[in-house]
Amino acid sequence: MKSGKGRSRTIKVDHLARVEGEGALYVKIKGNNVVDVRFKIFEPPRFFEAFLRGRNYSEAPDITARICGICPVAYQMSAVHAMEDAFGIKVDGPLRALRRLVYCGEWIESHGLHVYMLHAPDFLGYDDAIQMAKDHPEIVQRGLQLKKVGNEIVSFLGGREIHPINVCVGGFYKVPTKKTLVPLAERLKWARDAALEGVRWVATLPFPEFEQDYEFVALRHAAEYPFNEGRLVSNKGLDILIRDYDKCFVEEHVQYTTALHAVLKDRGAYFVGPQARYNLNFDRLSPLAQEAARSAGLSPLCRNPFQSIIIRSVEILYACDEALRIIDEYEMPDKPCVEIQPRAATGYGCTEAPRGMLYHRYRVDEDGMILDAKIVPPTSQNQKTIESDLRQVVSKYIDMSHEKLTWQCEQAIRNYDPCISCATHFLKLEIDKE
Amino acid sequence: MQGFRDSQIPVSEFPVLVIGIGNHYRSDDAVGLVVAQMLKTMNLPGVTVIEGSGESVALMEAWKDTDRVIVVDAAFSGGAPGTIYRFDARVQQIPRSLFAHYSTHALSIADAIELARTLNQLPPCLIVYGIESKYFEPGIGLSPEVEPAAHDVVHRVAQEIQTKLQKLNAERR
Repeated sequence: MKSGKGRSRTIKVDHLARVEGEGALYVKIKGNNVVDVRFKIFEPPRFFEAFLRGRNYSEAPDITARICGICPVAYQMSAVHAMEDAFGIKVDGPLRALRRLVYCGEWIESHGLHVYMLHAPDFLGYDDAIQMAKDHPEIVQRGLQLKKVGNEIVSFLGGREIHPINVCVGGFYKVPTKKTLVPLAERLKWARDAALEGVRWVATLPFPEFEQDYEFVALRHAAEYPFNEGRLVSNKGLDILIRDYDKCFVEEHVQYTTALHAVLKDRGAYFVGPQARYNLNFDRLSPLAQEAARSAGLSPLCRNPFQSIIIRSVEILYACDEALRIIDEYEMPDKPCVEIQPRAATGYGCTEAPRGMLYHRYRVDEDGMILDAKIVPPTSQNQKTIESDLRQVVSKYIDMSHEKLTWQCEQAIRNYDPCISCATHFLKLEIDKE
Repeated sequence: MQGFRDSQIPVSEFPVLVIGIGNHYRSDDAVGLVVAQMLKTMNLPGVTVIEGSGESVALMEAWKDTDRVIVVDAAFSGGAPGTIYRFDARVQQIPRSLFAHYSTHALSIADAIELARTLNQLPPCLIVYGIESKYFEPGIGLSPEVEPAAHDVVHRVAQEIQTKLQKLNAERR
């Protein structure tokens, strides 16, 4: 359907497939101009922040883990770091390493699913992974097996696959012996090889030429590719402590969506997730992951969001490599967790969920009861950037057939692996009565 | 279940895996888990019962070493609550429209089975029971229309295993 000048045309996708949760897309075109773009989230608000109030600090990791079935570790990690910040506790040594290890599991699991089952079919023209598996069974099989290794790490350290229960403020309820990690290491060696193959394979996919001048935001740590700690930095000069998040970022209510839009004050949209992490921390990747990225044709700064599938694959490789390093150096600690002494304070935590930075802030009283909570998930932060990409995609491909353009728009959304269930949280409702 | 006790076939030669799928905290979505729990208490010889979320990789992993598998999950297709559906996955496709698809980060049971079929990873015998459900809201407990269906499916699953066992016994004689 080619549009003539002055004619209007609408692209509507009422239920987006292959993204987590209930979302929709609405684009209005008048003549050759995009006049409206709405990435709509209509999952009902979930009020997690409200029902954390009045609960004990120790419950925050398990309650917030329930926000998401695919990235519960991220919620647990941001919660424990925020609480430890409030109580002035530093978790170090093997306990800190185990936290990175369980996070590696979640990245492998989450990225494995997105790369192979949700995103790859877009590039090859399949409706879904089942169709793709008919022609590429070995590729889909690799994705499933990688995801399984991720699941195994999370189950082993977390106590179970979905909504793990072994993470607590101060460390873990139970820690593994070195010996019990050996079978996991064997599986990870296979996974590392498979992940390397995966990077090579995704590099061969066809990518549209598409770039924008994004502001990428991610954690940056002095020595490591970031999971749990660091400063919040951007490629446009942001460099702040996690506790200064609220000074620089703000959440806005937008009428057509139940998820708040996060923006950088006075600057607007920003971009979080694997691509932001990669662009801001390429030098912190392991040599193997750096080499694989270069061989895949990626430079240390990649502005094409369609190539996020390569970056996720590089992060799977990194997570396997890092998990093996951690297991190799691991010595079982004397105690599974650091003792906690609650005090009245506000604590801030931000960690790198598979989809990007996840910010938690808690105010607790002297007994450790939560008085106030704030949670900003990655998808809330990417909504404006997703809409901005959609505008560009539609403008660039305006002469495409309706069907192809709709597909391209859906693919542009999946570049961000949005997790809509995570993004819908407490929303302040205002009712005007005359 | 007298038939199990009378069996001439050692139970180790006739292992059956029953997988109940669901979420305890989503009302009727728990029905697969409720069925699994009731079957567990019956201690049927040779029958292993597990509960799961329905995550596709975990499902394929669970059934990879078992020849006979029965899966029970909540269905949500607009039919009368409490309606029981039964499919033999080896001979028919599982309708995608039947099973609730809450999360595309986890495939639905129908998709997981079709993916396994494409990858040649279906067990030789895979029976799927769906129980039409009414509420998927946060909460604990089955709705009045769905609860009797859960008992019915428990009975039918036990009966199905017993009948198969008797048939095998007869063939041996």
